Amino acid sequence: MTNATDGEIVQFDNVGLRYGTDREVLSDVSFTLFPGSFYFLTGASGAGKTSLLKLLYLAQRPSRGMIRMFGTDAITLPRERLPALRRRLGVVFQEFRLVPHLSAFDNVALPLRVAGVPERDLLKPVADMLEWVRLGERMHALPAQLSGGEQQRVAIARAVIGRPEMLIADEPTGNVDPDMAIKLLRLFEALNRMGTTVVVATHDVHLLKKVPESLIMRLDKGRLSDPTGALRYPPRPHAGFGARS
Amino acid sequence: MALTLPAAFSGSISRGLRSVSGGGAPDLMPQGRLAGPMPWVIAIMVALTVIAAAAGLALSNTASNASDALSGGATVQVIEANAAERDRQAKQAARVIQAMPGVLEVHIVSQDEVQKLIEPWLGVPTGEDQIPVPALVDVRMREAVDGEKLGQMRRLVRQVAPAARVDAQSTWLRPVFGAIESLQWLALALVGLLGFALASAVLLAVRTALGTNRETIEIVHLLGGTDSQIARIFQRAIGFDAAGGGAVGLGLGLVVVLFLGRRFEGLGAGLIDSGALGWADWVLLALVPIGGVLLAIFTARLTVIRALRKML
Repeated sequence: MTNATDGEIVQFDNVGLRYGTDREVLSDVSFTLFPGSFYFLTGASGAGKTSLLKLLYLAQRPSRGMIRMFGTDAITLPRERLPALRRRLGVVFQEFRLVPHLSAFDNVALPLRVAGVPERDLLKPVADMLEWVRLGERMHALPAQLSGGEQQRVAIARAVIGRPEMLIADEPTGNVDPDMAIKLLRLFEALNRMGTTVVVATHDVHLLKKVPESLIMRLDKGRLSDPTGALRYPPRPHAGFGARS
Repeated sequence: MALTLPAAFSGSISRGLRSVSGGGAPDLMPQGRLAGPMPWVIAIMVALTVIAAAAGLALSNTASNASDALSGGATVQVIEANAAERDRQAKQAARVIQAMPGVLEVHIVSQDEVQKLIEPWLGVPTGEDQIPVPALVDVRMREAVDGEKLGQMRRLVRQVAPAARVDAQSTWLRPVFGAIESLQWLALALVGLLGFALASAVLLAVRTALGTNRETIEIVHLLGGTDSQIARIFQRAIGFDAAGGGAVGLGLGLVVVLFLGRRFEGLGAGLIDSGALGWADWVLLALVPIGGVLLAIFTARLTVIRALRKML
């Protein structure tokens, strides 16, 4: 179900991104994401999915174009105001990016600690979250002691523990078994039903079919390509928005 | 598929103002300290600063005490080969000075006292080869002896002892005071240089730690951590290092200062004895490590904030 409400959560307008003096890795990218929607971002390797996600989770500024997030111009926003915007996001990085010397528990607790949640208030939610991703007995293990799949589950738990308004996940099911992949997708869907906008980058076409209500954004050589034209900016009225899987 | 969400999604999350990694949270940096030798570097800096500051304070006390003692003093030398005439002129000089306004005390130094004063240089005089020495009149004034009072005293004394010399006692020690002042400036400069060296050492350690922990810092940033939160982690780490190093440095410095104090006491030289440290001086020395901790924390914060501003 795509229960978008009025107003956009993210708006990209003719965004371009280049690293240094190389050619643009993203060109003329324009789209709008609505609150409570579920999006898949697909494309071949090197299409620019990770670069687009970096712009979404504010790790990178674009070379050109306009980005608005939560009604704020993210391009001209002073950097001291970026943390407040970032706390509204949950991010699952492709390489997990767990803090290597912190246990699974402390990695998951990190967003809450950053947000200033007292220690006594974070013990149970973090333990429950780790239990839920079947890592309850591994909560004191360091990332290096966890398998790739376990690290990925820790990364996902860390991304969702703070109930973000928008969840951005880069290949979140790449290292987990099919059962866990489905379970994680169900978690994302549940979050989505609670109002969280979800953006999942994946090259797994089978995954797209698992979330029938999702909208698909396809990247090809740094440009958003969509045969129906539905995803181009300005978006069509909501009823016809997106190419359904 | 039935899905039960974790409790994190059912309750509201209270948000306070605690810093990241505060309270019982683990350190975000892998090691508790910025760098292994950092506390020892700080200990050495603090010890040297304590010694330099103690030397500066002792010199200041010496100069101050000597200046107080000598500022109201004047000496009259009655130069006359004939001993009887010399004694007569000395008594006359003492009489006219005593009549001057503002004079507290006039004391004719006995020949025995004078002989004792010059004994270390000329030895014990014997019989006929006895060298005639001037008669000395020591004058204490209520206020400092200025040029006007000295001129007035000279005029009065020369009426009764034409060859007499009248000097303010402070003028004799003017070169010594000049040297003490230079040493005080040197001590102050050393304290400043040691503070600069401490700040530089902290800066290098923090930069190294920033480089080592860059990935962690980026993650904390992307999770919504602020520059201040990250800076506080470094401030806390360097604060602990500086507090430990400062305590050790203060201990070392005080041992050296007390040891040197004992050695100078043994010299029995009045000028040096007057440089003993007062309680206010000891309090000031105890503040050196606190100043070191504050300087280290301030430097760490400035370094981290400046480095983080280059990141998005």
